[in-house]
Amino acid sequence: MSTAELDTPTPAAPAAKAPIEHIAIICSKGTLDMAYPGLILANAARMSGIEATLFFTFWGLDIVTKKTVDHLHVATVGNPSMHVPTMIGGLPGMEAVATSMMRKEMEKLDIPDVREMVEMLADSGAHLYACRMAMDMFKRTEDDLLPQVEAVISAMDFYDKAAGAQIIFI
Amino acid sequence: MLHEYRGHQVDTNAEGFLTDANEWSPDVAEAIAEEAGIQLTPEHWKVITFCREDAAREGQPPGLRRISKLSGVDTKALYRLFPKGPGKLASKIAGLPKPQGCI
Repeated sequence: MSTAELDTPTPAAPAAKAPIEHIAIICSKGTLDMAYPGLILANAARMSGIEATLFFTFWGLDIVTKKTVDHLHVATVGNPSMHVPTMIGGLPGMEAVATSMMRKEMEKLDIPDVREMVEMLADSGAHLYACRMAMDMFKRTEDDLLPQVEAVISAMDFYDKAAGAQIIFI
Repeated sequence: MLHEYRGHQVDTNAEGFLTDANEWSPDVAEAIAEEAGIQLTPEHWKVITFCREDAAREGQPPGLRRISKLSGVDTKALYRLFPKGPGKLASKIAGLPKPQGCI
């Protein structure tokens, strides 16, 4: 090996950091604690003038389903951050307690409920889509969804809609 | 850093927010808006006046939801008035710091 190979190359001048112009968030979970992060990130994006596209798939469909949007729960089992042993988290009533605690904390911070968050996002110009396959799997129709959902689309359609976006999976 | 808006010298941070709300004037607001491609209308002024009054009362700039609930200008209209991001722009034009909340 010659020493020339060990010479550190002159680093190129760092390129100016390009601002984010579009984010696409895949919401795949339907628990209250997993619904909020996607909705809040999307809202913050719109507030900063960043385009936001949301794709609700699998259990994330519950966030935009009329019957479930007001009844999302915090998961107390299989959620290590709850700091409650799994066996205790599984006792009757634990989920209801954790859910009402989280709702109260959110209220204190003046964070709207999930239904209002979805309405706010649509008003802000974010685009909301439901996943065709998840809809078929859970046997839901467009009538089951909140009116803020623009369309039911396939994953391939989602990639078209997300052109140029940074994709976040939740 | 110092920034000149229509002959007024004002102190701003790196993002262009005024660091002293007292250096603000309607002239400065119009110049900041112009920089963001916005021509201020009476509807804009309704938002800006609300933001300044609310910040004076609360000690912090209002978030977008607060503006939409209390100023009489709803979310859709706010995005129409400040298309490049009402969360930051309303505060910036009103000479206030960047809001801390995400809502």
